[in-house]
Amino acid sequence: MATITSSEPVKGQAIKAKRFHLLPASISYLQATPLTLILGGFLLLPVLMITVVSFWDYDFAQMYPDFVTFNYTETLGSWVTWKTYLNTLKYAFMVWVITLFVGFWVAYFLAFHIRTSAMQMVLFLVCTVPFLTSNIIRMISWIPVLGRNGLVNSTLISSRLISEPIEWLLYSDFAVVLAMVHLYTLFMVTPIFNTLMRVDKSLVEAARDAGASSWQILTNVILPLAKPGMAIGTIFVVTLVMADFSTVQVMSGGQSASVALMMKNQMSLLQYPAAAANAVVLLVLVLLMVAGILRIVDIRKEL
Amino acid sequence: MHSDKRGREFYILAIFFAIFVLFLYGPLSAVLILSFQGPNGGLTFPLNGVSLRWFANLFETQAVGDFGGSFRRSAILGIMVMLVTVVVSLLAGLAFRRRFIGATPLFYLAVASLVVPSIIISLGIGVVFQQLGFQPNWYTSAFGAHLTWTLPFGVLIMFAVFNRFSPAYEEAARDLGASSWQTFAHVVLPMIAPSLIGVGLFGFTLSYDEFARTLMTAGSFNTLPLEIYGMTTNVTTPVLYALGTVTTVFSFLVIAGTLGLIVHLNRRRLRP
Repeated sequence: MATITSSEPVKGQAIKAKRFHLLPASISYLQATPLTLILGGFLLLPVLMITVVSFWDYDFAQMYPDFVTFNYTETLGSWVTWKTYLNTLKYAFMVWVITLFVGFWVAYFLAFHIRTSAMQMVLFLVCTVPFLTSNIIRMISWIPVLGRNGLVNSTLISSRLISEPIEWLLYSDFAVVLAMVHLYTLFMVTPIFNTLMRVDKSLVEAARDAGASSWQILTNVILPLAKPGMAIGTIFVVTLVMADFSTVQVMSGGQSASVALMMKNQMSLLQYPAAAANAVVLLVLVLLMVAGILRIVDIRKEL
Repeated sequence: MHSDKRGREFYILAIFFAIFVLFLYGPLSAVLILSFQGPNGGLTFPLNGVSLRWFANLFETQAVGDFGGSFRRSAILGIMVMLVTVVVSLLAGLAFRRRFIGATPLFYLAVASLVVPSIIISLGIGVVFQQLGFQPNWYTSAFGAHLTWTLPFGVLIMFAVFNRFSPAYEEAARDLGASSWQTFAHVVLPMIAPSLIGVGLFGFTLSYDEFARTLMTAGSFNTLPLEIYGMTTNVTTPVLYALGTVTTVFSFLVIAGTLGLIVHLNRRRLRP
């Protein structure tokens, strides 16, 4: 038996090798080619192109190949740009703190307090479904809730808690952050849930047997083990907020700006080299943030 | 956990979870309700009667741009993106099972595709097409732009699937004399089919709802999200909500259909 089973695959592979003349490694290359071509053509090439274009000259009609640096000096020398970057970072920080808090407790509840895996899957899907629908519609859906005559204001007025509608509910920083939390929390829940599901439950039992309180188990056992999931969620949330222009535009009613919104306005004025310089600065900033987070976590191990 | 009595912690977290779900679905249901607003009603509550007027309005071309055309384009684009995402992610997932030179850079390129801000990809592809003298179109440039968003998800999911995939099944098939194609088609593929359908669902819905990447790459015809985005600034009637209801219901149908298919496949696999 043993000789047959061990010799069969060898013979099969030998025949195959003769027929196709393919080494296993070259099969891998063939299989990886489509991905490489698509990402090369639609990610790497465009990013390189943007870097090149950011040094070009332009006027109201078109761009001219050149090597000028004023796209950068104009952008970085402007007080408005710095304010916009700070504003974007402020949104990123606030949304990060809130989604991390909400995301952790939701994931912790699903992973440690729901007993059957069927129920876990159902509740997780309940959280997931809205994230598979249109972002813009979910953004717009806050307007009838938060507006001057919206649900919140009319409820508060009819219950006589306030006499005048609250103005800052919509078209404000509050609305922007609320909508972003609404849009992006799942990107925090999923990685943390994934990490917590792989925590060995016997560790929790051991801690309990050793006399740890629930709070001690949470802070000394579960939180440290959840860190990789939190790091991956952070990458998602931070990069999504840094790239956001639609939420800022719609929810602030045009009163606030983000870096991407500034880029979009430059693009609509056909100032592509200026937008490209902004893109390079934004990209470097985002990649530095991601590289910093990746020092804490090895993504390949977490999948 | 090990005791049967639910602690206070459970109830507090259950309430927190319920509020979270309400937070997710509450505003969406406001849109669903308001899309049935009466003919004289506005963008906010209260309902001024109930009517289907705004749904009818949706199909009059003059009222809201090109709803039918943009919906058709978005659906076709979503299907194209879905098919390519499934095939390319599967191939890449298989490739990563072996070590090969360049595997790590390729993996990080896929991760980079997730973190590069969407508007930068939109701008970059737009400029590349302009410089090469190609006309941007929803089925060329926007298609590629969407793939940079769906492929990394697909690749990471396949990566996770194959990380947990025991090679014992393939070895057993090979020991029984199956060729490598037979092993793949009759052993590997049925086992990973539910995950592949999940990747397809991601591919379709992410593309169907994507608009930052489409902004500079769609060419002369709008996709549905671009159409909706344009409407947020200049439409002041509940027709906006009607459109939202229609696309959301469509998304829900797609999700429910896919989940049904996955459950069906899993049941069939478990049957002896």
